[in-house]
Amino acid sequence: MTDLLDIFLSASFWVALVRIASPLIFATMGELICERAGVLNLGIEGIMVFGAFAGWLTVYLGGGLWLGVGVAMLAGMAFGLLHGVLTVPFGLSQHVVGLGITLLATAAAYFAYRLALPEVTSPPKITPFAPWPIPGLAAIPLIGEGFFAQTPLTYAGFVVAGLTALVLFRTPLGLALRAAGENPAAVEAQGLSVTALRIGAVAVGSGLMAVGGAFLTLSAFSSFFFEMVNGRGWICIALVVFGGWKPGKAVLGALLFAAFDAGQIRLQQTALGATLPYQVFLMAPYLLSILALVVMSRRASVPAALMVPFNKGER
Amino acid sequence: MRLEPVANPGLLRRLGLPAAALVATVVTGSLLALSAGADPLATLGLIVTGAVGSKFAALETLNRATPLIFTGLAVAVAFRAKLWNIGAEAQLYAGALVTAVLGAHPIVTGVPGMALIGLAAALAGALVLLGPVLLKTRLGVDEVVTTLLLNFVLLLVVSMLLEGVLKDPMGMGWPKSAPVAKSVRLPRLIEGLRLHWGFGLALIAAGLVWLMQARMRLGYEIRAVGLNRAAARFAGVPVGAVLVKTALISGGLAALAGFSEVAGLKGTLTLDLSPGFGYTGVIVAMLAALHPGGVVVAALFVAGVFVGSDAMSRAAGVPSYIADLLLASALLYMVLAMQLVRYRVVWR
Repeated sequence: MTDLLDIFLSASFWVALVRIASPLIFATMGELICERAGVLNLGIEGIMVFGAFAGWLTVYLGGGLWLGVGVAMLAGMAFGLLHGVLTVPFGLSQHVVGLGITLLATAAAYFAYRLALPEVTSPPKITPFAPWPIPGLAAIPLIGEGFFAQTPLTYAGFVVAGLTALVLFRTPLGLALRAAGENPAAVEAQGLSVTALRIGAVAVGSGLMAVGGAFLTLSAFSSFFFEMVNGRGWICIALVVFGGWKPGKAVLGALLFAAFDAGQIRLQQTALGATLPYQVFLMAPYLLSILALVVMSRRASVPAALMVPFNKGER
Repeated sequence: MRLEPVANPGLLRRLGLPAAALVATVVTGSLLALSAGADPLATLGLIVTGAVGSKFAALETLNRATPLIFTGLAVAVAFRAKLWNIGAEAQLYAGALVTAVLGAHPIVTGVPGMALIGLAAALAGALVLLGPVLLKTRLGVDEVVTTLLLNFVLLLVVSMLLEGVLKDPMGMGWPKSAPVAKSVRLPRLIEGLRLHWGFGLALIAAGLVWLMQARMRLGYEIRAVGLNRAAARFAGVPVGAVLVKTALISGGLAALAGFSEVAGLKGTLTLDLSPGFGYTGVIVAMLAALHPGGVVVAALFVAGVFVGSDAMSRAAGVPSYIADLLLASALLYMVLAMQLVRYRVVWR
């Protein structure tokens, strides 16, 4: 018990919590935008891998950190565009195309990495984003350092989440987007193109997923290595469900998940941690995600037209 | 643009479009080889000879295809019912785990012993998928995410056991299980050829799945559930029960991939037993248009691309990840081609 208390009362726990949550917030917002428009994007895992790689490569080749973020975003949008074109106008299975994009983007990143660096044993490092402490706020005891002494990319994540909520629920574009995911026929009746809305949503959402991946290389780990995304994309899909397709709740879910993850890493160092195999702690986040899905699935209001292709003129 | 159904697709349409997808894959492969600074034709040639150019290469391809036939069948059976089992990797490891545990100190030996271990392995895989499917039918929890997440959980369970109770004391410190006893190792299919009975079992499994789909009531019910769940329920098909049965078959098939790898090819369980056979099963099943016969052909093709690319990579220096890129693009080209067989694009 005192172990747990020690963990919660350490500033490093709060710093780790927000750092772990940041990539999840970007990618979860990306997935949420896609699903609100009616498209399940299982390309998320691979797009995060590619974003992590593209951001890292840009900086490794001499580009700036923000350029890296931009390149990752554009690359993510390109994969999103491919996903959107195949699933929306062509109406292909969103499950199959999504997994296909994940395989394609992951393989593309690994292939290009091997081309760029044929025989490296230890992944080369870059200089990642440095923390930007916000004067005053960063001095708040305990949580100040966690929330207000992070890298700019973390702040950007929270801004993106705020913007997502704002656009989705306070603008005509957001209304049209949500309607495309709830009642596409009504959107067409208004003279808007469901196809354009959905493709646009998937492209933008995929761009955010890639930025989430780039956070890993540009802000968290400072190098690219294989299997670094490690299921984070799938966890973000669970977070969207957990958040009931609402940005605010999804961010809360990401923070809760990160608290758990940061906690389990620290618990491994305690007396309790010594008695259990480390794999028990590592599998806890995945089991927790499944549990969260079970608890929230009953209450969740899924977008009515999620995974339903829309073919103009067909009733 | 919009899609209009094609009432009776002609032969040209049904064969030409998939052929075009294959050509597109070859073109993609050439571009990838060019990007790596290699001669495209030579690279593709090396992949082909690396896959089937010698007796050794061909046997290697058949061995690699064996687990892919099982996982491909597992995915094909599930996807027919629109049950999105993306956890074949987890089910494979469950089967491998049971095989390693029971095979190290078998109580029954010989063929009956192998059969018992195989059944136990299949049961383990079936149970791993049963969880997500019951969550789906009872509580409405989406099975895509739960099956995906279980892949990571099962791998960690295997890692924990391999570093714990299952660790082979004679393993020189490597995390691997004690070897499967000789008396329950799958024998060679043909004496003198490095190909074990797992391949034979995979072909038999494909035949049985075909029989189930084409000749049995369950096959018909699975198709009905996949085509339109509400209509199937209205017609009196017990949708929940059909999904559970589908899950048991699908999970069992994927687990047999693990059984065949541990009891046949490798003889021991390690953490790198499967380089993603479960995920690749999705590619195999889709390339086969979910047909069990097609799964065998697609698995041979996919295995050939992997084995050939490994050989090519050693010779020509193009990264072997070209195989994954080729297969992912082949998957996307093929699903698009299959859609365009059934629908034509109308611009207006």
